[in-house]
Amino acid sequence: MEIKLENKKRSGPVLFSEYKRGDGIRKAVELGRENILFELKNSGLKGRGGAGFPTSTKWMLSAAANADKKFIVCNADEGEPGTFKDRVLLLEYPELVFDGMVIAGFTIGAQTGIVYLRGEYEYMLQPLEDYLAKVREDNLLGKNILGKENFDFDISIRLGSGAYVCGEETALIESLEGCRGEPRNRPPYPVNTGYLGYPTVVNNVETLASVSHIVLKGGEWFKKYGTDKSTGSKLFSVSGDCEKPGVYELPWGTKIKELLEIVGAKNTKAVQAGGASGTCIPKTQFDRMLGYEDAATGGSIIIFNESRNMLKVLKNFMEFFIEESCGQCTPCRIGNIKLMDGIEKIESGEFTFSYINNLKELGRTMQVASKCGLGQSSPNSFISILENFKEEILNTNWKGKENV
Amino acid sequence: MSKRENIRVPVSQQPFTVTKPEDTTTIGGTVTVQINEKKFSVPLGTTILEACRQNQIHIPTLCHHPDLCIAGVCRICVVDVEGMKTLQTACSFPITTPIKIHTSTPMVRKARRHIIDLLLSEHYGECYSCFRNGSCELQSLAKEYGVDEYTFGHADKPRYQVDRSSAAVVRDMSKCILCKRCVRTCIDLQEVGVLEAINRGHETYIGTFLDKPLADVICINCGQCINRCPTAALRANDPSDEIWEAIDNPKKHVIIQTAPSPRAAIGEEFGIEAGHSFTGELNTALKRIGFDKVFDTNFTADLTIIEEGTELLYRLKKIIVDKDESVKLPQFTSCSPGWIKFIEHFYPEYLGYLSTAKSPQQMFGAIMKTFYAKQAGINPADIVTVALMPCAAKKFECNRPEMNSSGYKDVDYGLTTREMAKMIREAGIYLPEMPKANFDEPFGDASGAGLIFGATGGVMEAALRTVYELVTGREVPFKNLAIEPCRGFEGVKQASVKLENCVDQYKFLEGVELKFVVAHGTANAKKVMEMLRKGELSNVHFVEIMACPGGCLGGGGQPIPTNAEIRKKRAQAIYAEEESLTVRKSHENPHIKYIYENFLTDGPCGKLSHKLLHTHYLKRGKFIS
Ligand SMILES: Cc1cc2nc3c(=O)[nH]c(=O)nc-3n(C[C@H](O)[C@H](O)[C@H](O)COP(=O)(O)O)c2cc1C
Ligand code: SF4
Ligand code: SF4
Ligand code: SF4
Ligand code: SF4
Ligand code: FES
Repeated sequence: MEIKLENKKRSGPVLFSEYKRGDGIRKAVELGRENILFELKNSGLKGRGGAGFPTSTKWMLSAAANADKKFIVCNADEGEPGTFKDRVLLLEYPELVFDGMVIAGFTIGAQTGIVYLRGEYEYMLQPLEDYLAKVREDNLLGKNILGKENFDFDISIRLGSGAYVCGEETALIESLEGCRGEPRNRPPYPVNTGYLGYPTVVNNVETLASVSHIVLKGGEWFKKYGTDKSTGSKLFSVSGDCEKPGVYELPWGTKIKELLEIVGAKNTKAVQAGGASGTCIPKTQFDRMLGYEDAATGGSIIIFNESRNMLKVLKNFMEFFIEESCGQCTPCRIGNIKLMDGIEKIESGEFTFSYINNLKELGRTMQVASKCGLGQSSPNSFISILENFKEEILNTNWKGKENV
Repeated sequence: MSKRENIRVPVSQQPFTVTKPEDTTTIGGTVTVQINEKKFSVPLGTTILEACRQNQIHIPTLCHHPDLCIAGVCRICVVDVEGMKTLQTACSFPITTPIKIHTSTPMVRKARRHIIDLLLSEHYGECYSCFRNGSCELQSLAKEYGVDEYTFGHADKPRYQVDRSSAAVVRDMSKCILCKRCVRTCIDLQEVGVLEAINRGHETYIGTFLDKPLADVICINCGQCINRCPTAALRANDPSDEIWEAIDNPKKHVIIQTAPSPRAAIGEEFGIEAGHSFTGELNTALKRIGFDKVFDTNFTADLTIIEEGTELLYRLKKIIVDKDESVKLPQFTSCSPGWIKFIEHFYPEYLGYLSTAKSPQQMFGAIMKTFYAKQAGINPADIVTVALMPCAAKKFECNRPEMNSSGYKDVDYGLTTREMAKMIREAGIYLPEMPKANFDEPFGDASGAGLIFGATGGVMEAALRTVYELVTGREVPFKNLAIEPCRGFEGVKQASVKLENCVDQYKFLEGVELKFVVAHGTANAKKVMEMLRKGELSNVHFVEIMACPGGCLGGGGQPIPTNAEIRKKRAQAIYAEEESLTVRKSHENPHIKYIYENFLTDGPCGKLSHKLLHTHYLKRGKFIS
C-alpha cells in the first residue's frame, strides 16, 4: 500500500530541524559509547512517553547490565487519548526514529530492535517495512553497519493488540512474549530484566527521534531550548475546541495560554494536559507552563471551550479507564468502578459531599497503590476536575439536604 | 537473574534471585535495610516481606503464597519506601540497595483499608454461611483492619453461577478476589493449566478453557488450588450430608477407612500445631459419630504393595527371562488418582507403564463389599463405604465408572480431612480430648509400610522393603528399615539398591541394580515423563509419582493453610508413628497373609485379585476431558 506522506516538511526548532538519514549513526560511531552517554546526559533528555525518566540513566543502567543479549524496544503503541505525534514521526521522519534505535543498540550493546506498533497503525506496517529494507541496502542496518566490524543491529516490527495498557513498558514486554498484556512488578526493571528476561531499553518514538538529533548536534545545542528541568522541545498533539488542531513542535516551558493562541483556541474553559491520565487545568491557571516541573504531558493537549460540560468530560475519561484497565490489581480494577459510581451519583444529584470526599481519598490510594501507571493516573482527572470545577459540577447538581 | 523457561510464567513473577557471593559477609552479599527505625542486615535480593517476617514485623498479604511465584496483584502488602513516589508491594520488592521502609504510615494504613473495602464491595457471601468462616484470609484481614461498615457498598447478588460439575472441586467465583493463587497453583506448581484469568478490567474472572464446566476440562482434581485459595471461592465437593444420612439410616452399615495423612493433619483443624497424629483419638470420635466400623486404609496399602510388587517382579521376569519386549519398564505407581488423570491427559501413550494395581482406597472398597460383606454376613447393598482421604481427587476416583468390581460402587464417598473435621465438630466432639482406641477387626493392624504411603517416597520405600526381601530373603540394607534416599522433599529423587545372593526363585535378578525414581507434584511428574520420553529412564525399574507436593500429606483435602514447613511437620508425624509400630513390612502383616489364604487364594496378581484389585486406564484429550 502506498502512503502519501505530507511533502511539506514541518517546521520546528529541534525535532523538525535538518537531519539526513544515517548522520546520527555516523556521528555515534565517531563519538563512541562513552561520549554518546555523556552527550545524552548533558542534554537532559527525559522520556517523551509520559513518565519522563532521564534517558541517559536508562541507557547507562542497561549498558552496565551483564548479559549475552539485550534489546531495544521502540514504544509506538501511542494509545493515550488525544496523542497522534508518534504517528507523524514514524510516517514523515522514520530516519529519526530508526537511527535513534540503532544508536541505542550501539550504545548499550544490543543487536535487536523491536518496534511495538499500535494495532490501529497496521496501515503503516508495509511502508515502514519498505523503509527498513531500503536502510538495510544502505548498510545502516544489518551486519557490520557502516562497515564497522561487529556493529550488528536489526529491527523488526510487531503489531500491538489494541489495548491501551500494552503501552506500559512491562505490559508491552509481556505482550511481546505472547502473554496477556499485564504490567509486571517493578523492580526488577526492564533495564535488567526485560524482554525474555534480558536487559531491555523501552523508549518512546519521540525520545528515540530526539536522540538522533542530540547525538548529531550535541547536548549543549539541545539544552538551548526548553527550561532547566525540561530541556529541548516537545511535540504536542493538540485536539479539541480550536481552529488549528494538529501536531506542534514547541519548546518546553511554553505557557498554556501561548499554546492556546498558536492553535487558535477561543473561549477556552479548560485544558487537559496529558490525555485521560493527565490533569485538567482551568482557565485561572493558564499561566502555567508545559514541562515536567509544571504541567507535564506526554504530548496530548485537549482543549475544552465554555460550552463543554465538565462532568461529561470526566465521565468519558472514566469510561476509558474502566474499559482499558487490565484488571489484575485491586485498586484499579474496582477503584475505577467506584469512581464511576460516584460520577453517576453526581449526575443524578444523589450524593453527599462526604461520599465524594471518600472517593477522592480512594483516588489518592489508587494513585499510590496501583500496580502500574494506568491505575496510578486514572484518578487524576477525577480529582482535578472535581477540585477545579467544584462550583460547576457539585454545587449545581446537588439536590440533597446534607450540608457537609 | 532467572530466565524464562516456561513461557506461561512471566519472568517478573518468577522468584527473583540474585547471585549471591559465597561469603555473604563480604560487601555486596548483604544489604542494610531500615524498617520502622530499626536496622537489619539481609541477604541481597531478600524481599521486603521476607525481611519483615524474619524480624517479626507483620505485613498483611493476600495474593502472596509461600509455595507460589510472586504476583503482586492484590496490593494489600504495600509499604512506604523512602524516596519512591508510590507505595511498594512488600511481597514483590527485592532489596538490593540500602533502603528505608515504613510499614505503618497513615497512607499505608489507608491504602490497605481501601483495598479491603474494595474487595468487600464486590464480594458476595456471608461469613456465617460459609465454609471458610474462621479460616478465611479476607475475613481475617477485615477483622485486622477493623472494618465495621461497607464504605463502598457490598454485593447483594451473585455475579457468577456456581460450578458444581466436578466431583472434586466446586467453584464459586462470586467469592473470588482475583488473587490468582489458583491460577499460579495450577500452572506453575502443578503444570496442568486449567485455570486462567478471562476478560480484562472489571470483567475479569477466573475461568477454564472455553469456559467449560470444570468436569469437562483437563482438571486432574488434585485440589491444590483449593488449599491455596484465600477465600471460599474454591472448595471441595462435600458429601457429608449424604454420609450423615447413611449414618442415621439404621439399615445401612456404614464403614469408614482412614488414610494416614489425614490422621497426621486433622489436629490442625482443631487448633493443634502441625506434626501430631491423632489416629487413636480419631477412631474413638468416628465410632461416637456413628460409623459402624472404622478400618485402616493401611491394610490395603499393604495389599497394594504386595500386588504392585508382584507385578513389578512379573514384569522383570518377562523382560529378563522371557525376553518379552512388549512389557514396559519402569513401572509407575498408580495410587494417586490426580497423577492418573494427569498421565491420561498428557501422556496417554505411556499408560502401559502404569501399574494396573488400584489405589488402596479402591482396593478397600472392593474387599469390603465382597470378602468383608460375606464374612460379616451383611448384604453388600446395605454397606456404605466412606474413605477419609487427604485428597480431592479421591472423590473423582471413587466415581470412575470402572470402580465397581464388587458389583456395587466400591467406595461410596471420598471425604477430605477438612470435611471430616467439620463432621466431628458438628457432632460436638473436640478431637484432641478423645481417648485413644484401636481400629476394628478384622482389618485392625496394618504395617508401618502402609503408613508411610502418606509421604512422598513412602510407596517406594514400602515396596522396596517387600521386594528386596522377597528376592534376597534379607531385610533391606538400611538402618532401622528407613530407606533414606526415598525420604525428603526434593522434587525428583533417584537411587538404587543392588540385588545380591538372590533366593532360587529370583536368581534371574542376581546382580541387578534395582533403580528407582520418586517424584511429587505433577510439575515434577512432567519432568519424569519427559525423561522417559527421551529414553533417560531405560535402566530404571520403578517410579513413584504422587500428584500433590509433598505426597498425600500435602493433598488437596488437607487442612488449610499449607506450606513447606507444615508439610515437613506432617511427614515427621508419619515417620515417628511408623517407627513405633512392630510390623513394618507389608508382607509380614498377618491380615494380608490371612486374606491370601482365605479369599484371594490364587495369590497376588491372580485371577480374583485381577478382578477386584486391578484396573485399566483411559486415554483422554489434552484440552478437554
Ligand atoms: C497505561 C500506560 C500506557 C502507556 N502508553 C504508552 C504509549 O503508548 N507510548 C509510550 O511511548 N509510552 C507509553 N507509556 C509509558 C511507558 O510505560 C514507558 O514509560 C515509556 O515507553 C518509556 O519511554 P520513554 O522513557 O522514552 O518515555 C504508557 C504508560 C502507561 C502506564
Ligand atoms: S493499575 Fe490497572 S492497568 Fe495497571 S496493573 Fe493494575 S489493573 Fe492493570
Ligand atoms: S469467603 Fe471469607 S469473607 Fe467471604 S463469606 Fe466466606 S468467610 Fe466470609
Ligand atoms: S484441582 Fe488441580 S488441576 Fe484442577 S484446577 Fe485445581 S490445581 Fe488445577
Ligand atoms: S478462586 Fe480463590 S485462589 Fe483463585 S483467584 Fe479467586 S480467590 Fe484467588
Ligand atoms: S500480597 Fe503483595 S500484592 Fe498481594
